[in-house]
Amino acid sequence: MSTMDQKNQGLQSHAPGATFATRLHEWIATSDHKKLGVMYVTAGLIFFLIGGFEASMMRWQLSWPGLNVVGPEEFNRLFTMHGTTMVFLVGMPILLGVANYFVPLMIGARDLAFPRLNAFGFWLFLFGGLLLYYSYFGAQGLYGMGSSPDVGWFAYAPLTEKTFSRGHSTDYWILGIGISGFGSIATGINLIVTILCRRCPGMSLMKMPLFVWLMFIDAILIMIAMPPLTAAQVMLLFDRWLGAQFFDTQDGGSAVLWQNLFWFFGHPEVYILILPAFAYVSEIIPVFSRKVIFGYPLMVAATIAIGFISLGVWVHHMFALGLSPMVNAIFMGSTMLIAVPTGMKMFNWIATLYGGRILLHTPMLFSLGFLTQFLLGGLTGVMLAVVPFDWQVSDSYFVVGHFHYVLFGGLVFSIFAAIYYWLPKVSGRMLDEKIGKWHFWLLFIGFNLTFGPMHVSGMLGMPRRIYTYQADRGWELWNLLSSIGVLFQIAAILFFTYNVLNSLFRGKKAGDDPWDAWTLEWATTSPPPEYNFKEIPVVHSRRPLWDEKHPEDPDWKYE
Amino acid sequence: MRHERSTKPQAAPSSLLQSSFRCIACLVIVFSTGFSGVAIAVTGDESESSSLKQGPLCDGAASSPTMFAPRSRPAQQILDITWLVIGIVGALGVIVMAMIVFSIIRYSHKQGDENRDEDEPPQIYGSNPIELAWTVLPILIVFVLFMVSARGIFEIEKETPPEGSLEVTVVGHRWWWEFDYPEYGFVTANELHIPIGDDGAEIPTFLSLQSADVIHSFWVPQLAGKTDVVPNRDKNHLWLQPNMAGKYVGQCAEYCGGAHANMLITVIVEPESEFKKWVAEQQKPAVEDSKVAKGRHVFERTACINCHTIRGTVANGTFAPDLTHFMSRTVIGAGAAPNEPKYLRQWIHDPQTIKPGCDMPAMKLTNEEIELVCAYLETLK
Repeated sequence: MSTMDQKNQGLQSHAPGATFATRLHEWIATSDHKKLGVMYVTAGLIFFLIGGFEASMMRWQLSWPGLNVVGPEEFNRLFTMHGTTMVFLVGMPILLGVANYFVPLMIGARDLAFPRLNAFGFWLFLFGGLLLYYSYFGAQGLYGMGSSPDVGWFAYAPLTEKTFSRGHSTDYWILGIGISGFGSIATGINLIVTILCRRCPGMSLMKMPLFVWLMFIDAILIMIAMPPLTAAQVMLLFDRWLGAQFFDTQDGGSAVLWQNLFWFFGHPEVYILILPAFAYVSEIIPVFSRKVIFGYPLMVAATIAIGFISLGVWVHHMFALGLSPMVNAIFMGSTMLIAVPTGMKMFNWIATLYGGRILLHTPMLFSLGFLTQFLLGGLTGVMLAVVPFDWQVSDSYFVVGHFHYVLFGGLVFSIFAAIYYWLPKVSGRMLDEKIGKWHFWLLFIGFNLTFGPMHVSGMLGMPRRIYTYQADRGWELWNLLSSIGVLFQIAAILFFTYNVLNSLFRGKKAGDDPWDAWTLEWATTSPPPEYNFKEIPVVHSRRPLWDEKHPEDPDWKYE
Repeated sequence: MRHERSTKPQAAPSSLLQSSFRCIACLVIVFSTGFSGVAIAVTGDESESSSLKQGPLCDGAASSPTMFAPRSRPAQQILDITWLVIGIVGALGVIVMAMIVFSIIRYSHKQGDENRDEDEPPQIYGSNPIELAWTVLPILIVFVLFMVSARGIFEIEKETPPEGSLEVTVVGHRWWWEFDYPEYGFVTANELHIPIGDDGAEIPTFLSLQSADVIHSFWVPQLAGKTDVVPNRDKNHLWLQPNMAGKYVGQCAEYCGGAHANMLITVIVEPESEFKKWVAEQQKPAVEDSKVAKGRHVFERTACINCHTIRGTVANGTFAPDLTHFMSRTVIGAGAAPNEPKYLRQWIHDPQTIKPGCDMPAMKLTNEEIELVCAYLETLK
């Protein structure tokens, strides 16, 4: 089915010899889910480099007590922009981009249900992000402090009120994130409708790949979680410019209200970010173990359970806020409960590995990196759920270490796994295995060296968001180790960048199905034609390509 | 059984071995870093707690403000729960990590022959009893953890003062701490003095936490967990009950703007007799010394008095620390520098060089005036 003219479709669908302007127009005006997916991920990766640069500056500043690489004003801007960028401009677009590209392919559809809404969502995200970064030129921050937002990525009231944040930087934060949030909601709805209405014949809900299930629940969470944030931001805007007093504590407002609204978004958001990681490894681990995923129905059930419970745990970000013991205990219970479905997933992945024929290609290495690091991040998460322990380490570097194990060790590692796994489908060319392994091991060492010691410095009493610390606190060694780890990570990212650029121009041709995989995206050409499938496929099981490759022993006999 | 390990002589075992070694080496690095970190933190505690045997009136401050060297009842209770949690979570972690590493090493395969169809291993779709087991077991573990921790919450989080406590109102300001002793009728800043019995008996202290501006968080790890200091919410409390004298450090743990990093806390736990002496000193009005009248004059005619209070003078501002007994404190700038003549002069010349972002501006005094003001301040014992 991979004829030459299908090869000429997809990414290279413009006529040969088209001018730059035509190509540019084609990308800007496109509503093709694959082009939008590529743009989402590319923009996300560029923001990832920017956010990584901000983090590196912070680690440089903190590598030793009393340094003055950046002053307090710049440091406050750096951690605010780093957090905001990584959550809203890296995590969100990459997960939406990968879903954009592969959900239709995996369910045998020709596009998302609303292609133009999809394009609208992307451009909202991009311009929201650009608006946020424009603040470096156009805004003023907290009193006496210039340019970009500097109130922290969760922007606790009343620090964001006009009294304390007098310039426009907080308004840039509100509007930039608010606008890109509308884009996320649009794309979330789009994914839900697509998954419900555009599945190919034979693909019942319980025959969807786990990737699609996870993105389905993810999209639902986006739809539920984003509006409270947008609402809170609008309320804050009212406070700042129309004299409302929702969060203005000097005028009877409530600082607790902002935290409730923000974390009612913020905690599901963490799951919005991690479910895609689950989605990627749930596809990659089976393929490179050469085994069907263990316990598919339980995996689906666990996903739904995580979706539900994640909406009822937000107060665990507020254990030190002085709420009553009963409230704290209840949310401790719900937070611990979420470890159960997450644990089921972990065990099912391990059971998939067990008895398999594990091929340690780069995508699998990153998936296994995900597995080990997410395990550690998940376990420190259980520790943090224990309220008395949380009273000590909440808002300390222990928390910073914990959520980087989840979001970097988990999400970012799985994103790299996804890129090594699916880029051959997108570009038609393989990434280099050898460089990929350098990338993995450097990042693995650098990551653990940076974020492991943070748990220790946190337990030794180091709070987060401080631009410097006293020399007599015994934190030097741990901070120095963290900062040295960054050097490894920078090297890893250089390998990665080289690998991607090299592959795009000189990579080995991938063919339709380089990994001998089982889901529908591998049934079409690499890159896929604009219409995805010449004929809409008909499936009988969760692994249609397995059935095709093993007609004597098809999956549908067992499901 | 479709699965058959490759019997080709060289390549398979060597790559299996290689990848296994890589996995093990890296995991060893990761784990040893983590565990040695915790171990050092804890050994720090062990060597410190040997001084506990020397008696509760020795200095209990550890080399770090670490939660592993508790010197107060709530901090001790938290640590007890923490050990249990570390035990349970650590055991789970080791078991699951071993399962992952074992599966990777045991089932790794040589790359390159993956397209050989006959090599596909048996396909296992799932197993109800096994899956039920790893659903029910975690629920049981979580249940135990929940019950133990919930009891801890209700024991530690006190909403009313324990019997016989000293009550102090803590007001978080950007970026310093006000300590108000309503029983004794004076206000001080940045250094909290609390008593322990002369015989080492524990005396509870009950802090009421209030904020003058944004959210702060009061955190002295050796004495208690942190509690946020929230504006327009005057019902937050923190309970301390030290069992060892000493000078304990901590700092604001909720980002509060520019000089957040230098919003440090010092808590001095001292025997009750010394504490009483300190209280008596603090209750007195400021020392008047005619030798420094010039300095006092400079102080009183500059903007200093808009923000600072010195009881008995025209200075009655409340935006900045009370200076009535300034020299009884060991730090300036809420811990940004020690209270020594050199730093005091630098501070008055331009506080921004010591604590960037703080609200006190450079007062634009001449060197002579700085000398006079410092001489005056240095009499405020």
